[in-house]
Amino acid sequence: MTLLRRGEYHAFDADGAPYVYLVPSAGVFRLDDTSVAVLDALGEQDLEPNELVRGLSDRFPVSDLRATVEDLLNVRALRLVDRPVEAPVASPPRKRIPLTTLVMNVTSKCNLACTYCYEYGEDKIVEASRKPRFMNEETARQSVDFMFAESGDSPMVHLTFFGGETLLNFKVLKSALAYAKERAVTLGKTVDTSLTTNATLLREEIIDWIVENDVGVTVSMDGGREQQDRFRVFSNGMGSYDVVLPNIRMLLERHRRRPVGARVTLTKQNLDVESIYRHLRDEIGFWEVGFAPVTTSWQRDYAIQEDGFEAMLGQFQRLADEFLQYALAGKHHGFSNVRDTLEEIHKGMSKAYPCGAGLGLMGVATDGDVALCHRFAGSDSHKIGSVTGGVDRGKQEDFLMKHHIANKTDCSTCWARPLCAGGCYHEAHTRYGASERPNLHYCEWIRRWTDTCLQVYGTLAERRPEYLAQFDA
Amino acid sequence: MRHLTPINKKARHIAETTDQDVVALQGGPLTTPSGPHIPLGCTFVFSPGWETDASGGTAGLCQPVERDLFDCHITCFWPAHVPDLYNYAPDWTGKCASAQKDWRKIDLIFP
Repeated sequence: MTLLRRGEYHAFDADGAPYVYLVPSAGVFRLDDTSVAVLDALGEQDLEPNELVRGLSDRFPVSDLRATVEDLLNVRALRLVDRPVEAPVASPPRKRIPLTTLVMNVTSKCNLACTYCYEYGEDKIVEASRKPRFMNEETARQSVDFMFAESGDSPMVHLTFFGGETLLNFKVLKSALAYAKERAVTLGKTVDTSLTTNATLLREEIIDWIVENDVGVTVSMDGGREQQDRFRVFSNGMGSYDVVLPNIRMLLERHRRRPVGARVTLTKQNLDVESIYRHLRDEIGFWEVGFAPVTTSWQRDYAIQEDGFEAMLGQFQRLADEFLQYALAGKHHGFSNVRDTLEEIHKGMSKAYPCGAGLGLMGVATDGDVALCHRFAGSDSHKIGSVTGGVDRGKQEDFLMKHHIANKTDCSTCWARPLCAGGCYHEAHTRYGASERPNLHYCEWIRRWTDTCLQVYGTLAERRPEYLAQFDA
Repeated sequence: MRHLTPINKKARHIAETTDQDVVALQGGPLTTPSGPHIPLGCTFVFSPGWETDASGGTAGLCQPVERDLFDCHITCFWPAHVPDLYNYAPDWTGKCASAQKDWRKIDLIFP
């Protein structure tokens, strides 16, 4: 006789109501009293359906209990012990995913000397010395051609400029974008452009170009003067805050068509998420602020340790709560980490890969070598092609097989895997020396953060569903 | 689905897929095939076999019909018409390794 067993799900409460987040489907369901009772009564044990129903029959009508068990079985919150669970199989996408984002590392040079820089700092993987420091115009044009060629039937492509300090190679940015726009018109496609900068070189001429071409801008910045000047320094040690602030103010004042975001690197020394947010959002006026812990090997002085992750989580949670209050009141809140996760929850994304690297997103190094993403661009061991020779399909497939979630045994029992899928390849490479390894050092953090976002999501779904409609497009 | 409320898009999709299955069994024609129907026991999920299969016909019924009997025996806690295999007939299916091939070997049980 068959037994019932708990399926894979994460139970959470939002706004006083019980929900489940199903794994691996990533469906979110609200439970009623009967279904909560059924799941609770079963717990971690295996029970005969009869026994389960009998045990609860003094509280609920038997027909309701049976219907509930059926519902829960249908969505796989419950399963029958003798029905084998399908083992996940690593299968790269059957259809070729069109390239929709190309990140061009237009230079490997930077006028700042942030010690924590993953690109060219202590944990760098890029063989910068053997590569040209600047991408030339020809390589940039070839990159644009490569982007369109790989974009398949996608009507829109995103071109992102990255560095080094992107604006050190402004000349190539200008010509590459002009060429991309020209090609887009010929091909009947749209090209959307953005860049990341440290804002030290933003000057009137550049801002004019940004505004004119509707370029999205992300500024790497760590917070107020003291926070910014701890790591974001010039090579002589001088802080950059006083240099970037007037530039950013000018940019924010002039560039009104697209939201300008700040991207903060959190370190052991710079973990005051709330005060950073207040400064960047309220005082400077960035539209949104995104936070990411520094990518580093664990022994570095600025690596965030266990207690740091704990402190960071508490602050993330407080900001998430503020985000919720704003969203309930129909107001914009700039804590982009929440917004991004809400969108993924809303769509029910269940990821085979943590990100689009090597699929819909690739990075180009200054010499035209194509890598998984901008973080690997310039590293010969992560090369998957070149802008002139195209993508090496064998290498790409090999990468996709090796990095599939089904091959991350550690993740197979984690309920957060539909959203996390093991985390950043580059982070794993820096931490463990292998990009296919899951980032085990922040699993608990990810689970608790995902739980927080699920609570925000459930509350919004209940009290302000129109907020979530923005993600339907 | 009365006891669970789908909240996100994926949940709605799951609910629709599940509901569609039931609609088909009620006789409505399926516009798109919903994939193979896996019987899960007649009281949990409607197990095709008694009247119609997932597409509303009889061609895809569990075969042979004795399979239905076996379905009750294995997956179903409803003691409809299978022998009491705990008390009187523990070896009822002892010679029947595969219902489809060995159904003739299922013993008759006399109370």
